[in-house]
Amino acid sequence: MKQVVAIIKPFKLDDVREALSGIGVQGLTVSEVKGFGRQKGHTELYRGAEYVVDFLPKLKLETAVDDDVVEQVIEAMIKGANTGKIGDGKIFVYPLEQVIRIRTGETGPEAI
Amino acid sequence: MEDQIFQLQYAMDTFYFLVCGALVMWMAAGFAMLEAGLVRAKNTTEILTKNVMLFAIACTAYLVVGYDIMYGGGLFLDGIGGGETLVADALAASAEAGFEGGSVYSSASDFFFQVVFVATAMSIVSGAVAERMKLSAFAFFAVAMTAFIYPMEGAWTWGGESVFGLYSLGDDFGFIDFAGSGIVHMAGATAALAGVILLGARKGKYGANGEVKPIPGANLPLATLGTFILWMGWFGFNGGSVLKLGDMASANAVAMVFLNTNAAAAGGVIAALLMAKMLFGKADLTMILNGALAGLVAITAGPDTPTPLYATLIGGVGGALVVISIVMMDKFKLDDPVGAISVHGVVGLWGLLAVPLTNSDASFTGQLVGAATIFVWVFVTSFIVWAVLKMVMGIRVSEEEEYAGVDLSECGMEAYPEFTDR
Repeated sequence: MKQVVAIIKPFKLDDVREALSGIGVQGLTVSEVKGFGRQKGHTELYRGAEYVVDFLPKLKLETAVDDDVVEQVIEAMIKGANTGKIGDGKIFVYPLEQVIRIRTGETGPEAI
Repeated sequence: MEDQIFQLQYAMDTFYFLVCGALVMWMAAGFAMLEAGLVRAKNTTEILTKNVMLFAIACTAYLVVGYDIMYGGGLFLDGIGGGETLVADALAASAEAGFEGGSVYSSASDFFFQVVFVATAMSIVSGAVAERMKLSAFAFFAVAMTAFIYPMEGAWTWGGESVFGLYSLGDDFGFIDFAGSGIVHMAGATAALAGVILLGARKGKYGANGEVKPIPGANLPLATLGTFILWMGWFGFNGGSVLKLGDMASANAVAMVFLNTNAAAAGGVIAALLMAKMLFGKADLTMILNGALAGLVAITAGPDTPTPLYATLIGGVGGALVVISIVMMDKFKLDDPVGAISVHGVVGLWGLLAVPLTNSDASFTGQLVGAATIFVWVFVTSFIVWAVLKMVMGIRVSEEEEYAGVDLSECGMEAYPEFTDR
């Protein structure tokens, strides 16, 4: 099992979700995060003075998947989140030791 | 028959006064929304508390002693009732003044109209000292300002008293301030300036090398709503200051004042928009909102004499001036979160100086003497009051409280609790 974590542009969430549903991913956790990468920040203006916004708003997606669908999930995420412009985000894949469904106590791939 | 017409005129002028007073009262809501929009979310509850509190303090202090100092209305207003001969006295006064003469109206309505102006002057102070001042220090200053500082300069101007027996602004200098560009707006801004000097800037506003670090306001829709409310209330502020509606000449004057007030605000918006676009390359909304108010402040000293074109231009100069002034204030490290000192002070002075352009009864010298008298009096007395408060109880919250937001330290509650980790 793997945990796939993606940082994406907020307005691409629906596209990613649709792409993931299309390949049968059953669950997804989304959080609003801020950060910077190569895109860096941008400048804003307030009452005549410019200031730099160092951290841009992004979404962090987390999902747990079985080993044999990891490549498909990554492809779906790229398909959904890609705009071709700087700041599209990144995908991280971690090994996942255990998954437990709280309601039934099922463990492993059954619980995903 | 004549008596009945005089009664009708009295009723109409009184009613007009009261409706205009209610419009000016509503400006308190405008200031509250404008200030709530331009501070950070963590200081919202406190600025709202301050606005509603200062309004009540101003009304009470002016009722107890302020109105007596300014117009001789008696302590606790004991001189305004009129007694059993009220109707007969008013009819006699009306007959003496003639149908198109000076206005005769209920003295209670006069108090009501005057008291909301005091509250306006005090509201100006709250925005400039926002996000770092102790609520209690502000409350004590509000008492001093509305019970004494404002009524004194009000007595020298609208009250017709001489300045400590030395000179009379009206008789000796022909000083004209129709609805209070100087008496109300510049006075409020001057008190704010004294406070800001003693209070210091918000933490993090200015860098070590003097660079300006903007602290964006939390809610620009509220700031915009507040500006529109003020714009609307201003029709009462200036329109009511005609003091009379009950004959055709006065009705025409009122209509002209409404028209010019609106034109000046529009001129202020357009000028501030162009100025911001030219200087910063963007249509800075907060500057545009300040531009609307600057246009209104600029025309307040003389909305009755300019042509509509002149009114637009006077407002426009105010709108351009306010953008430059706000940038300059930051150069002097005078931190004014809402731009009150620029809008009401700098542009208030411009409003006073613009009167002689269209009103031959006023002179630049007279306007300057009036402005200087108001400024020196309000600045010196305010500075003393702020300084005493600073020594006795402190006027600034601790650095830690400022960082956490004065909502928590002063009011114990947050404006938007659902955004916390509860």
